[in-house]
Amino acid sequence: MALLEIKNLGISFGGLHAVDNFNASVEKGCLYGLIGPNGAGKTTVFNMVTGVYKPTCGTIHLDGKNLTGKNSIQINKQGIARTFQNIRLFSNMSVLDNVKLGLQNQIKYSVAQGIFHSRSYKRKEKEMDEKAISILKVFGLENEYNYLASNLPYGKQRKLEIARALATTPKLLLLDEPAAGMNPNETGELMDTIRFVRDEFDMTILLIEHDMKLVAGICERISVLNFGTELASGKTEQVLNDPRVITAYLGE
Amino acid sequence: MKKNNLNIHNLITYGIVVAAFLFVSILVWTGNASRHLQAMLVPIGLNIILAVSLNLIVGFLGELTLGHAGFMSVGAYAGCLFAIKYAEILPTAVRFPLAMIIGGLVACVFGIIIGVPVLRLKGDYLAIVTLAFGEIIRSIIINLEFTGGASGLKGTPQNSNFYIVFVVIMITLVVITNLVNSRAGRAICSIRDNRIAAESLGINITYYKLLAFVIAAFFAGVAGVIYGHNLSILQASVFDYNRSIEILVIVVLGGMGSIRGSVIAAVIITALPEMLRSLADYRMLIYAVVLIAMMLLNGSQKFDKYKGRMNIGGLFTLLKNKKSAKEAG
Ligand SMILES: Nc1ncnc2c1ncn2[C@@H]1O[C@H](COP(=O)(O)OP(=O)(O)OP(=O)(O)O)[C@@H](O)[C@H]1O
Ligand SMILES: [Mg+2]
Repeated sequence: MALLEIKNLGISFGGLHAVDNFNASVEKGCLYGLIGPNGAGKTTVFNMVTGVYKPTCGTIHLDGKNLTGKNSIQINKQGIARTFQNIRLFSNMSVLDNVKLGLQNQIKYSVAQGIFHSRSYKRKEKEMDEKAISILKVFGLENEYNYLASNLPYGKQRKLEIARALATTPKLLLLDEPAAGMNPNETGELMDTIRFVRDEFDMTILLIEHDMKLVAGICERISVLNFGTELASGKTEQVLNDPRVITAYLGE
Repeated sequence: MKKNNLNIHNLITYGIVVAAFLFVSILVWTGNASRHLQAMLVPIGLNIILAVSLNLIVGFLGELTLGHAGFMSVGAYAGCLFAIKYAEILPTAVRFPLAMIIGGLVACVFGIIIGVPVLRLKGDYLAIVTLAFGEIIRSIIINLEFTGGASGLKGTPQNSNFYIVFVVIMITLVVITNLVNSRAGRAICSIRDNRIAAESLGINITYYKLLAFVIAAFFAGVAGVIYGHNLSILQASVFDYNRSIEILVIVVLGGMGSIRGSVIAAVIITALPEMLRSLADYRMLIYAVVLIAMMLLNGSQKFDKYKGRMNIGGLFTLLKNKKSAKEAG
């Protein structure tokens, strides 16, 4: 059984069917791409999978557990973490604190222990600092740990968002256009990092991307969305060579 | 490294308060403090407690509330009624701290009762509902018999003094500062910076909002009890929306998210109109301007980015940087 099973997923906003009858099954350890023209409904799929929107129909299962209709908090606890197309960092907080917020449900102590700065507060905070730094190292951000998140350059902000999501130790990581706004150099680096994360953390990754070089370079399987419906899905090379996909992208 | 900077920053804040306390104490002991100054000390201290605690909601959680005077009043009445009842039975050293705790806890209970339904609201709506809460509490107190009604509650032992206020200020500062620098405080700040991202990390928004609300209410309640023990008569009319707005103005001018800023602004805003009578006329004007600006700016994303950054401390850094830039150039 696949790690993520999406069946017959659909949502409409007013009269608009933003996503209609979408199916996907993402195997454990897979790097899966979700592509499609602007406004196709890709982000909306992410929003339904992470509980930001409630689907009008269809089901979402992670590891056999039904997540349909659960809220974002519950879904993260079940093991799905994500990044956002329009970066959503905690901009007034440090880079380190952003990652530590991802560790919030991993390393715990009580409110009272926090107020009294008890011994267990000190131990757990130290543990959090070390864990957060080790995650930042994966993204080469460890030297900027003390910066305000909003003071990081754009490419690093995207990386920090991935680091923060990873800190929640998800089973499935959703990346919404991780390479947006990056130059070819940075994109190449990012591809290596994504592969590294998959191998090192044994992660399953579902990503939305417009950069076809990145998609062709790292995704094993992809699904193509067009006007909210699934146009094609399967092995990356096959799908990218499908004439229907080419017309959808190039227009007629 | 980062931890050390933070600790030093906090220690400086504590140091400023302790130094100010010692300075004023010496003035009092040597008989150099005018009666006017002495009468101002407790109100200044109370505004510090109120502003620092309100900052937890406005500056760190990022929600606009106008009900702080309401929490202060329920705390004041609960603590003072207790103190009156046990005035003869318990010694002051036991009764007064107990009254403060009771006042704080009763304010907490009201914080939960108001917070659960209200914290779903955002921005201006939350401000309006909390404002209404304060006004409702006030009219209920005025119409009840056991609170002394409109003529006020008499008979609270006048145990408040400058030294007790100082101790409570220090406790407030340490608790709020430590909280902000802990796991719960980070969660509270994350809600301010980006609620959707916080939810995506599995952070329980409702719980942390309520926590901030309840802790702030506790200290407002304690401040109310001290206030009640400072006067011969406790009148509900003083806890009107003007009082809530005054505390909000202190927080805004001191810098949202800056504890040190709240302390300094509380001293200035409380003392200045007393010292310069001519300024008192402009007081309401300044309040109105700040309140309107908050309503307009609140909820705008650009402004959210600056919350927790602009403050008196930041102003000093800015000036210092300018100066050093000049010297370098
Ligand atoms: N909350 C909403 N209310 C109304 N319509 C919405 C909402 N969210 C998305 N839509 C609509 O759904 C459609 C799909 O949007 P979505 O953001 O999922 O596209 P996308 O594939 O991610 O596009 P892009 O590549 O530009 O990011 C769009 O027409 C959009 O306007
Ligand atoms: Mg999108």
